[in-house]
Amino acid sequence: MSQVTLAGVELQLDENGNLIDRSQWNREVAAELAKEEGIDALTEEHWKVLDFIAKDYAEKEAVPGMRRMNKVGGIPTKDLYRLFPGGPIKKAARIGGFPKPVSCV
Amino acid sequence: MKTLAILGAGTAGTMMANHMRRKLKVEEWTIVIVDQNPDHYYQPGYLFMPFGIYGERDVVKPKQKFIPRGVEYRICAIDRIDPEANRVVLGCGNSIDYDVLIIATGTDISLEETEGQRGSDWQKHVFDFYTFDGARKLTERLKDWKGGNLVVNIAEMPIKCPVAPLEFTFLADWWLGKKGLRDKTKITYVTPLSGAFTKPVASRILDHLLEEKGIEVVSDFSIGEINNEEHKIVSWDEREVGYDLLVSIPTNMGSAAIERSGIGDELNYVPTDKHTLQSKVKDNIFVLGDATDLPTSKAGSVAHFEAEVLTENILSYIDERELEASFDGHANCFIESGHGKGFLLDFNYELEPVPGHFPIPKVGPFKLLGESRINHLGKLAFKYVYWHALLRAIPLPMVSHKMTRAGKQIPEVSPVAV
Repeated sequence: MSQVTLAGVELQLDENGNLIDRSQWNREVAAELAKEEGIDALTEEHWKVLDFIAKDYAEKEAVPGMRRMNKVGGIPTKDLYRLFPGGPIKKAARIGGFPKPVSCV
Repeated sequence: MKTLAILGAGTAGTMMANHMRRKLKVEEWTIVIVDQNPDHYYQPGYLFMPFGIYGERDVVKPKQKFIPRGVEYRICAIDRIDPEANRVVLGCGNSIDYDVLIIATGTDISLEETEGQRGSDWQKHVFDFYTFDGARKLTERLKDWKGGNLVVNIAEMPIKCPVAPLEFTFLADWWLGKKGLRDKTKITYVTPLSGAFTKPVASRILDHLLEEKGIEVVSDFSIGEINNEEHKIVSWDEREVGYDLLVSIPTNMGSAAIERSGIGDELNYVPTDKHTLQSKVKDNIFVLGDATDLPTSKAGSVAHFEAEVLTENILSYIDERELEASFDGHANCFIESGHGKGFLLDFNYELEPVPGHFPIPKVGPFKLLGESRINHLGKLAFKYVYWHALLRAIPLPMVSHKMTRAGKQIPEVSPVAV
């Protein structure tokens, strides 16, 4: 666990660097977390992904996996890798203020 | 007369037929079970076929043998479920009107989800061992193996029996050593996970074992394509692993009948209450085994534990009582680690696999999350238990559907499993 100040907010982070309390999250915090992930600016396309995760999380209490992003969110894998290079789900979850997705057994 | 319909006569469906026939009065309830395939496969046995430990006759028997008297068995494909009409439409041109429905349609590999899966290398250089046919063909291929790059790849999670790919890898290491081919074979384990297993404590121990055996691990690899021309797998972030033999665990998906019925999630699994096993589709539909979307392993042991809970809850439902029996996500898996040894995992929704003894605290005889010969013997003995007791829903001594914490070395701050 650690503490960090981003966009003027004092944030509590878990061992993976993900927000512990999502009520501390806002779009400015997201922009700062994105920079840490090597994404200079969050575009409309990024927001489409982040908004889908938020909506799906509210419903399922879990960060959606790749296939759910494709099928339910309508966002192709290719785009996800372009938008969040390296590890799209992990990065998008962190930027969106959600815990690191845990793959089910 | 009322009707209980069971869809699928695999491990889960067959156990439910046995449980329910004992509990429901013959003069009040008709029980019908439907499956398109007349053969019952002992699926844990597929793993052993490529290495000559089991032959084909160890893993297949007629389904009819395990379906109790007083249960009507129809060999027929399932077209779709119509929850509004309480009706199942069958592929044979007729239908079943039910009062209570149990969905046990399982999961299967899908060859359509990864580009190039069915390419020119399929069943020449690319194989699966999650089907009887796949295990049989891989057995033949391994007979000609002279060495090269052996790659084991999981396409995506969740998969049936999440430890099976690891076991395959450990057994391959042992078998190749025995054949004098291990130093001519590079084994690479390519996984979409960040380590060997989905749960941290077990993952650390198994990662270490892979390293000890000289198996290279490529993690966080999300497969985009099998390139048949150049014999390599390529990830979405453009990493490549070349193969001479690719043992692939393709995407696992629920039955297409679930999709046709419009009641599944993105992988055709049925949304199910994780404790009561009642579907979220309709009150009179219950789900168990691999067909659910529950956050626990897709494994026979899980179906076995679920069957006990579900039997109780269906009886409560019929009597218009509260569904009080609660499934805790209990899973119990042996992991073959090669050289006549094995591991045992015992876990549930809350507690990840930890070291300890099972089923008797401090005594065992099985060692949890530790390697031992008796664990391996337990796994081999399980085939007998499966055919003779488990499918017929005869209770297993000392193994409850509720996971016990006794005998487990639980870390002070227990990492919560998801």
